[in-house]
Amino acid sequence: MGSKKPAISRRAFVAGGTTAMTAIASGLAGASPSFVEQMLRQRFVELSPEDLERITSEMERDYLQKYGKECNVGTSKAQPGVLFGYALDLSRCVGCRRCVYACVNENNQSRDPQIHWIRVLQMDKEKGIELTESDPYYDPELVPEPDSFYMPVACMQCRNPPCVKVCPVEATWQEPDGIVVIDYDWCIGCRCCMSACPYGARHFNWAEPTVASEELNPDMHYLGNRVRPKGVVEKCTFCIHRVREGRYPACVEICPVGARKFGNLLDEEGEIRYLMREKRVFVLKEDLNTQPKFYYFYAT
Amino acid sequence: MSERPDKTDPQLLPGWSSLVILLSLFAVISGGVMVAILRGEEAHVTPDTGGVHAHGPADFPEIEFDVQLPSAVVEAVGSEQAGGFNVPPPPFSEDGIFPCSDCHVDLDVDPEPRELMMHEQIQINHGPKDRWCLDCHNADDRDHLRLANGTLVGFDESYKLCGQCHGTIFRDWREGIHGRRQGYWNGAKSYLLCAHCHDPHAPAFKPIKPLPPPVRPRFLASGASAEQTDAAPATGQEH
Repeated sequence: MGSKKPAISRRAFVAGGTTAMTAIASGLAGASPSFVEQMLRQRFVELSPEDLERITSEMERDYLQKYGKECNVGTSKAQPGVLFGYALDLSRCVGCRRCVYACVNENNQSRDPQIHWIRVLQMDKEKGIELTESDPYYDPELVPEPDSFYMPVACMQCRNPPCVKVCPVEATWQEPDGIVVIDYDWCIGCRCCMSACPYGARHFNWAEPTVASEELNPDMHYLGNRVRPKGVVEKCTFCIHRVREGRYPACVEICPVGARKFGNLLDEEGEIRYLMREKRVFVLKEDLNTQPKFYYFYAT
Repeated sequence: MSERPDKTDPQLLPGWSSLVILLSLFAVISGGVMVAILRGEEAHVTPDTGGVHAHGPADFPEIEFDVQLPSAVVEAVGSEQAGGFNVPPPPFSEDGIFPCSDCHVDLDVDPEPRELMMHEQIQINHGPKDRWCLDCHNADDRDHLRLANGTLVGFDESYKLCGQCHGTIFRDWREGIHGRRQGYWNGAKSYLLCAHCHDPHAPAFKPIKPLPPPVRPRFLASGASAEQTDAAPATGQEH
């Protein structure tokens, strides 16, 4: 057996192959080192702090070059003892769509082709919550219209997320604080997650996203609102760059009627737990067992 | 049975040709329908319908999407005030109207409901028809509001006055369920007074204009190409 040992060890073979591929790749790509590195990069969860530091500073340099703006790409981790929860008061929402555009302003979505993470559904008060007859394209002079109520829908940050289950490359996962995130550099754009999501919360960059440099939000997060490349999926992250610093998500602060509530589900004295005790609360498509952390409620 | 050779009925021939004609007709019509579906029939959408053009937050400069935190919240971060109510000053209708005693100190009190000579812009539409100023405003000291039990409260604590009738909403507001919050979910946050959102004299929320609807899928691609052709010369000049 010992005499049959191959002349080249597996380790050497793999190393040599990688080097050869690197050489080929750099030859093909005009020897751009960052391109080669991007091709050989590891997943976000496997990156060492030093690698992360280097990669984010490279991103910041790229954004400075492309947009002429000093950006900060954060990589903050989940705070211990925190599970984010969201609640939306359907009896207050007037359907003004301020949240939709504040979200775009905050999270650097492509302006054209347009991507909105929040979709507001207009529904008939007589019919109740009837998704098949809801209208996201309502455009009257003034809202709310007397016979309608409005239901904003975005990522439900499920505890049992079907999108995460179907991802063939584990480019999307649930963080310890409950936020379902995407590593845009690991996403292969197969869009399985989009078809798995029962809420239509995931969106695909069919074209290179366009954001004017004066509109770019320089406060970014690696797993959140940094500028996405073409051909990857994106979605709401509860404004991960804000909430991990303690701030409210942008949609909470813009809502003119205060219909949006946000907090820590593990804090028994917090506002989310209070309304879960005191109000009529439900989740969308409960029967699918996705177990959302986004709750709808009626305060009155 | 024995007429097998006659089975090639001469009438079959025109039948075949009509079948071919029908089939080709069907192919043309279904092809046309397919093309119409794939291109997206814009004629079906009336021109004033929303969802044709892409709008961004920059199209609405009148709305401040980058919410600036109230100074009370910024100051309270990290301090002992973080858990308290950081309420901005009450919203008076015009500068200099407060303190009320500047004018009212010399005026006699007339408790009778009447057509006012001053404050004529105030339309009372709040609860019962016979609601009158002195139900909430204090007659003897105009710089305070008066609770039903006679306690005087400042304008910066007007929520106590509103809470007398709207108890459930007051509780929700206190717990952070009712009303707009800005700041930190785990710390300092702003509490607005009822009067910041609801005109106390006519508190029903006024309807507002919605921002435009999302682009319908059929216009996503065409809108993008139109924008790109518009934008292309501009970027060309820059470089």
